[in-house]
Amino acid sequence: MSVLTLPAQPVQGAGPALRPVPWQRMIWVTWRQHRGMLVGVAAVLAMVSVFLLVMGLKVHHDYTALINCHPASSDACNAARNSFNNTDWTMGNTILILMNLAPALLGIFTGPAVFARELETGTFRYAWTQGIGRLRWTVAKLVLLAGAIAILAWAFSQVFAWFFGPFLSFEGMNVLAATVFDSRGIDFAAWVLFAFAVGAFLGMLIRRIIPAMAATLGAYLGVQLLAWLVLREDYPVAIDTTNANLFNKPSSPASPWILKTWTAGGTNWWRYIPASRFWPMQFIESGWLLVLAIALGAATVWLVRRRAA
Amino acid sequence: MNVIEATGLGKCYGKAWALRDCTLAVPEGSLAALVGPNGAGKSTLMNMAVGLTVPTAGAVTVLGGQPPGSPAALDGTAFMAQDAPVYRNMSVADMLHLTRNLNRGFDESAAQRRLADLGIPLKKKTGKLSGGQQAQVALTLALARRPRLLILDEPLSALDPLARQDFLATVMTAMTDDGVSVLLSSHALAELERVADYLIVLGGGELRLAGAVDDLLAEHQVLAGPVADADRLAAQLSTVQAKRAGAQAHLLVREGGQDGRPVPPGWESHPVGLEELVLAYLRPAGSKTRQAAGGSSSAGIHGSRTELTEVSK
Repeated sequence: MSVLTLPAQPVQGAGPALRPVPWQRMIWVTWRQHRGMLVGVAAVLAMVSVFLLVMGLKVHHDYTALINCHPASSDACNAARNSFNNTDWTMGNTILILMNLAPALLGIFTGPAVFARELETGTFRYAWTQGIGRLRWTVAKLVLLAGAIAILAWAFSQVFAWFFGPFLSFEGMNVLAATVFDSRGIDFAAWVLFAFAVGAFLGMLIRRIIPAMAATLGAYLGVQLLAWLVLREDYPVAIDTTNANLFNKPSSPASPWILKTWTAGGTNWWRYIPASRFWPMQFIESGWLLVLAIALGAATVWLVRRRAA
Repeated sequence: MNVIEATGLGKCYGKAWALRDCTLAVPEGSLAALVGPNGAGKSTLMNMAVGLTVPTAGAVTVLGGQPPGSPAALDGTAFMAQDAPVYRNMSVADMLHLTRNLNRGFDESAAQRRLADLGIPLKKKTGKLSGGQQAQVALTLALARRPRLLILDEPLSALDPLARQDFLATVMTAMTDDGVSVLLSSHALAELERVADYLIVLGGGELRLAGAVDDLLAEHQVLAGPVADADRLAAQLSTVQAKRAGAQAHLLVREGGQDGRPVPPGWESHPVGLEELVLAYLRPAGSKTRQAAGGSSSAGIHGSRTELTEVSK
């Protein structure tokens, strides 16, 4: 057979380049493959949101009654204050703690399975040999899922912020304080996005869902502690001052957030962030989380492309 | 055009070579059977040909020089991996829709017709189908992409004999109707013997034999003659395998056949069967194996092996 002796003739460039499979097709593919997870996340967040709305109405009602209570030192007002402190605030504080665990939980239940399940069940051999190619397949899934999860998380954090509003005033909590700052604005969504990206990356790296979930939890908590204990001190929104009067007033949501104090040459220094810099600080933290999430996404794509069967 | 072309192809996992120094060319229009025992390197070769695995050494191209994993190669090649992986929680209809969305072209009506003919309900989850039905769904999906090259990794191993026949019939129809070239791996040759027209034998991560089935059968012959002469003759000819049974010696030699070198005096020439040929090439070079029945022994003759690992076509 003479065909065997012919040298290979590469035909690239011979005809017009193949038109790639359109990106939009991945919308249905991603939805169909991950609708269980997406619906699950949306359902859980919706149920918690309904709970927060119902409880939030009570909290707002109780708080309004409390601040309108006159005279403030009367037995009735003290009883109302105690009641708010014991029942409402106990619940609010518990939910605040859960709220700070939520990005990690959302991350481990959404990220690792995206690619690790394909590797565990062998379906990547189907997915990566289709005409669309694994680059588009991976990029589209990451972008669509991350976008959907971040939007759901953002909406949820708005409900929580409304629910938690009365406690900020009642407890004199600062909006810049760790745990409160993370649950408001766009920061919560950014942390969820980051947790998802960590999960997807570790799922692809470790190739098994359960170990990847554990690793995601560890990595997430590590970065969050790093942000709380180290990074936030050095965001370029902080101001150094020797003016002690700034910090004499009772603590309120609008108080400056003191990062650290030190003494130099017999003078006391404070490094603080004024509450007015809430949004710059939100954008800085969300910004580096987004950059980190994109870098993790790029690393995931790189892993998928070089992954050998 | 060669639908698969490998040059010095090798894949090393850690220190172990799953496949090494494999050079072959499968011409367009073939049904190429890739045979060898488990662990011979069949899946490794296929994974490299579809771009799932990157070669450690050498290169492989498909469809006339396309690198595996390139858009043109992905577009023209359909791959059915071992155990026909499908998304088990998806219905058959979902798998159709999924495959249509993931490819430039997809003949959904043909796929639906075929599934209807097979009596596979579209609404059923693929995880609830039998192994044979899952393989048929995977094959239907692969064929509906209208590929020019179909690569099937052990598609028959999970099927009962009847399902094997149906499966192969579908493959053959696609070849004659659409001109699809096929590479099909199996650890058992029996069911491929009638349909394969190109043969690739892998053993222990090495290419033992490759070529068009007709050519291979014409090039080989079994010489039967007296044991006294056997060693001398085996050394002269390129002998693949020598067997002794009592006073008779059987030499499987690669040259001539009927129209080649004349049969030595006192010897008889027989044509060789495909299965016999494959088994002879799969015996490790220089090893002696004692056969339980009949007490006859066989020995591959060392020295011819280097030649056998080349594709001399």
